[in-house]
Amino acid sequence: MRLVRRYLPPTLLLAALIGAWELYVDLKGSSFSSILPAPHQVASSLYTDRALLWSSFLITAQEVLLGILVACAAALLLAVAIHFSAVVRRATYPLVIASQAVPVVILAPVLAFWLGFGILPKLVVVALVSFFSVVVTTLAGLSSVDADLLKLMRTFDASRLRTFWHVELPWALPGVFTGAKIAVAVSVIGAVFAEWNGSNSGLGYLILVSIPQLLSARAMAAVVVLALFAVALFGLLAAAERIALPWAHAPAVEVPA
Amino acid sequence: MPAEGATTHLIEAPAKEPLDVGQADSVVVENVTRAFTTRRGPVRALDGMSLRAGRNQLVAVVGPSGCGKTTLLELICGLQRPDSGSVRAAPAALMPQRDLLLPWLSALDNAGLALRARGASRAEARRAAAPWLERFGLGGFESTRPAELSGGMRQRVSFLRSLLAGKPVLALDEPFAALDAITRHEMQGWLARVLADQPRTVILVTHDVEEAVVLADRVVVMSPRPGRAVAVLEPEVPRPRSRTDPDVVALRERALQALGVGA
Repeated sequence: MRLVRRYLPPTLLLAALIGAWELYVDLKGSSFSSILPAPHQVASSLYTDRALLWSSFLITAQEVLLGILVACAAALLLAVAIHFSAVVRRATYPLVIASQAVPVVILAPVLAFWLGFGILPKLVVVALVSFFSVVVTTLAGLSSVDADLLKLMRTFDASRLRTFWHVELPWALPGVFTGAKIAVAVSVIGAVFAEWNGSNSGLGYLILVSIPQLLSARAMAAVVVLALFAVALFGLLAAAERIALPWAHAPAVEVPA
Repeated sequence: MPAEGATTHLIEAPAKEPLDVGQADSVVVENVTRAFTTRRGPVRALDGMSLRAGRNQLVAVVGPSGCGKTTLLELICGLQRPDSGSVRAAPAALMPQRDLLLPWLSALDNAGLALRARGASRAEARRAAAPWLERFGLGGFESTRPAELSGGMRQRVSFLRSLLAGKPVLALDEPFAALDAITRHEMQGWLARVLADQPRTVILVTHDVEEAVVLADRVVVMSPRPGRAVAVLEPEVPRPRSRTDPDVVALRERALQALGVGA
């Protein structure tokens, strides 16, 4: 019964959307389906192109996963530097925010020019687009440490570094995961754009070459795989967080002040 | 202060490790003024506040909300400087109002935090803290995280954490305020027993007049903001004190009168 209550509404909504889409393409006529394929065509491509989709998926998944890891590591380092130094904050924070306004489509060719056609420029693009949310959430975590806890550490004669290591850093780790979860969707888009410049594999590349060949159903099938991957990645990060930081999900015991 | 001889527990329970501060009084706050600038203008938290605590005495500070009690504790702990007047205190460890245990650490590791803060390894801190958990009735809960401990247990871990800082003075900021009435009574009895065994100079800030009278060698009653001492009571009631002891009840009434809420 609980399963029904949980899964019935999204299933029904999805079915209704797919039905409306199918009907719409059907009414528009067959020539339209090369622009927007009908769901049954996408489903059929998902099956017939499964080997191609799978091998492309492995490439893109690798880029996204490694890219997010790089983003988390770099963002953690920068957030810590900003947290420790007002100068670093003033110097870098506006740039970090501004860098988010630079469209990936502009950056990707430059990166391909600098870093070649391998996985490296894709990692950089994915990391760049994911980086920002992780910096922001990690900084929020670092600065949300209870002021009384910091006072307590001072009366314990803890140095700035020990306070950071024993209190502030663990306190901020859930923020790193939150940032990574927020970054999942943009990181997948980032990987697609990165593959549009100087690559010959991956789901983004598959979309890029399928559209001019009027294989819109295959392109859409690749999009479906990307969307499913984003959902799975989100779930994976949530599970990793539960395993790595079980205390962050323990039922909070509310103590009135 | 002449009243020091009136206390008995000094003689009963010598410190296991002498915590010599080189003077009779561990905490001397004299005529202290402390103001803060807020968005709505300056706020005088303390004005002419004085307080003394002899070595291994428990001095309770009671007063209305916002009378500068927390400011007073932070001055004693050296977290703030007075604007005028003087604060002389032996090294003090704070026990904050909320337990503020670290949710990712076990009870044992939380208890040993002060040792870690001074550079002890995890193993060293655990070795030092482990026997204490047993003595504090927390045996078997060494590896339990704070979220799974009861309120009273969390408070005991929090107290132990501050005790293991090894400072001669403990500054307790309403340590039992968040507990339910039954647990609070248990914890008050527990604290009295622990301090009889492990004497420390304690400044206990509380809004619970009864708690102050039952536990303290001296009760300092503070005025509303800006806070200063308006009365000093020295309960000379033998321990353990009962809440219903006529002397305790009489002292409680005197303290409440000094607070301006006496019947």
